[in-house]
Amino acid sequence: MAQALLEMRNIDKVFPGVKALSNVDFTLHAGEIHSLMGENGAGKSTLVKVLTGVYPRDGGTVRLNGEEINPRTPKEAQECGISTVYQEVNLCTNLTVAENIFIGREPKKYGLIDWKEINRRSKELLKKLSVDIDVTKSLDHYPVAIQQMVAIARAVDVDAKILILDEPTSSLDEGETARLFKIVRQLQQRGMGIIFISHFLEQIYEICDHITILRNGELVGAYEVAKLPRLELIAKMVGKDLNDVKDMDKMAEKSVPHEEVFIEADHVASFGQIADVALQLHRGEVMGFAGLLGSGRTETAEMMFGLKPVTGGSMKIKGKEAGLRHPMDAMKAKIAFCPEDRKLAGIIGDLTVRENIILALQALDGMFRHIPYDKQVELADKFIDRLKIKVSDREQLIKNLSGGNQQKVIIARWLAANPELLILDEPTRGIDVGTKTEIQKMAVELAKSQGMAVVFISSEMDEMVRTCSKLIVMRDRKKVAELTGNDISSEGVMRAIAGGDN
Amino acid sequence: MNKNLANIIASKYFSFFVTVILFVALYGIGIAMYNGFMKPQVFFNLFVDNAALLIVTVGITFCLLIGGIDLSVGAVLALVCMVLAWLLTNTGIPVFLAVLIVLIMGTVFGAVQGYIITKFDLQPFIITLAGMFFCRGLTAVISQETITITNPTFVALADTRIPVGSGFISVGVVIALLTILVAAIVLGFTKFGRTIYAIGGNESSAALMGLPVFRTKVCVYTISGFCSSLGGIAYALMMLTGYNLHGLGMEMDAIASSVIGGTLLTGGVGFIPGALFGVLIQGVILTFINFQGTLSAWWTKIVIGGLLCVFIIMQAFITEQKSKLTAKSSMDEANSGKSDS
Repeated sequence: MAQALLEMRNIDKVFPGVKALSNVDFTLHAGEIHSLMGENGAGKSTLVKVLTGVYPRDGGTVRLNGEEINPRTPKEAQECGISTVYQEVNLCTNLTVAENIFIGREPKKYGLIDWKEINRRSKELLKKLSVDIDVTKSLDHYPVAIQQMVAIARAVDVDAKILILDEPTSSLDEGETARLFKIVRQLQQRGMGIIFISHFLEQIYEICDHITILRNGELVGAYEVAKLPRLELIAKMVGKDLNDVKDMDKMAEKSVPHEEVFIEADHVASFGQIADVALQLHRGEVMGFAGLLGSGRTETAEMMFGLKPVTGGSMKIKGKEAGLRHPMDAMKAKIAFCPEDRKLAGIIGDLTVRENIILALQALDGMFRHIPYDKQVELADKFIDRLKIKVSDREQLIKNLSGGNQQKVIIARWLAANPELLILDEPTRGIDVGTKTEIQKMAVELAKSQGMAVVFISSEMDEMVRTCSKLIVMRDRKKVAELTGNDISSEGVMRAIAGGDN
Repeated sequence: MNKNLANIIASKYFSFFVTVILFVALYGIGIAMYNGFMKPQVFFNLFVDNAALLIVTVGITFCLLIGGIDLSVGAVLALVCMVLAWLLTNTGIPVFLAVLIVLIMGTVFGAVQGYIITKFDLQPFIITLAGMFFCRGLTAVISQETITITNPTFVALADTRIPVGSGFISVGVVIALLTILVAAIVLGFTKFGRTIYAIGGNESSAALMGLPVFRTKVCVYTISGFCSSLGGIAYALMMLTGYNLHGLGMEMDAIASSVIGGTLLTGGVGFIPGALFGVLIQGVILTFINFQGTLSAWWTKIVIGGLLCVFIIMQAFITEQKSKLTAKSSMDEANSGKSDS
């Protein structure tokens, strides 16, 4: 095989108290799409940040085209030809689209920035990525998906030899993802080496040639995608036996709904958000909302929690008109809601795990009623134990936990309030495979053992198919299909989304 | 709402347009009410009286653009006046040397503040507040009494009237206009200027895009220090004195002017011509009060207070419009995607 484009050898990185990377090797060839896989905290991001000069490394060598490089800042890495698109779009939304692409390397005329040239070239660049927008508008005029494309345009315009895509698809829907993949393949043909990090197995298998797996900061191995079955990949990532993983994938039997209806919506609408949704959710039922990003999944869930007003149709809870005007109304009706964006709307980073867990209960009890400390401790310990939350102790700050564990704390917060309906909006986004499965199991378990009604929303179809007893399929802010029993399959959902009425 | 109107409101120049329209309207009302407003010199006096404030506002706008602040500008201005007066009175050095010394002094002071803020990642509010006390104190230590500048060269410079049409402007105005011009070019058309906007928009993104964040931040406070001392010279040209209470509260006037001109306190939005009109609006209100004759000059503060409030609310409204537009364009996107398939 030809000389490798990038060779990282024996990379070490130590953070105070933690060995984040230990003796890791990574090799990337030109024209290769290489996935970096591992559970959260395995060291993927750290490896990328060492490569891009965000963190200095504590040992090892990095060679680019055989020459040793030592980037100390993102700028130096860029100058070496290493471009990165980070998971959270790292652009300045107050600047124009064009400026975001060119800032730091603006073409000049008479010593001053040549705006015409910048706008013209940006327009061309984005057209190549089949994005046709007004580049002179500031970036905050556009949705996240477009911003992501702009970030990619910026990255590929720098004469990049290596392009790092860190979770680029987590905020994209399927169409946008397909468009992104087309671009990535074009870049691959130009001989660029691409490092692709994603939690979506489907996407890894669709687009990558090679996989390097990390676990606990150590290298597990590098494999050809075609020769590595998915189950084996997962087994290697979590470091478990293959048979265990098979068990994990097979969901225990789904929960059987009770007769009693908990919440019922009859052609509800919310102005500008939801057009027409009808559904019946029974006790002990796990119901999924399937559909593309922006189809109204989240909005429907928010309406059930009183975050969006009901402007048409009717919504009944236990047979009575709901009249939810405020989340507190919903909480009093024993509804709990874990929002989509846990960092923004869920956790309170500077409070401890215990304090985060008792929040919902405190809100329900009223601001001024004290929950005795002993009771708080008891509750916190109960849920840490029950949900297997990995913490050093209950007084640890929640911001120092991994994504999966933060999610569990938020779920614990709501369970502490003894809800009768639990809404989980994307509870598994951005967390590792093991924890994903645990959360799915937990949703089913709650419905079964406590007769709780559960709404489960996820972008990953197989997850919903495994978990839900009933699937509401949405498109363009409307319910287009309702699947139950054996009809629940990825194919059925896709057909409904695609609009196959017949 | 009408789509075009929504787009105009979300445009980055909307606050600027509002400011300009407000200025023109105020001036128009002035002309309608008082004949005196028609005289060109009344217009030129807006600049003559506010030359120092204009220069200081330019400096503070740089700070606000990176999401920082500089509270020391008024005190630095006072210190510069005092040192200049002291040098010209007690030493025989030529005027240009004295001017050079105070310029360097203010600039270095700004650079030190900037370095401390950036190096230790401190709140600019506190550091420049400390700087304000330091300079104000130092000014009083040099002299508690007013020192009058009698140096003939400097006095001649102060009395120079540069004719424009049927009116005239002062040397200070020329300095102010040059400062505004240079600042506008730097902010609009140089890498340094655009990096300032990027840092104001999102500092960590700017760093990840490979922009020189540290250097730029220090430079911004240095520029603010330079503008304060340049403003101090313009102020000395107008007052011909060094006095401990010169420029008291000027930092707040400058911040108010900048905000009325469309600068966001959160950083990343704003531009120099807006700041110019922000100052002019304050000037017009003061002119009104002068023509009216019986009102106290403090009414200017009351009106400015009201205006500030209105502008801050307007900015919040603009931000809201923008997020609505974003939501709308994602919806359009989704719809057009559907028609493709």
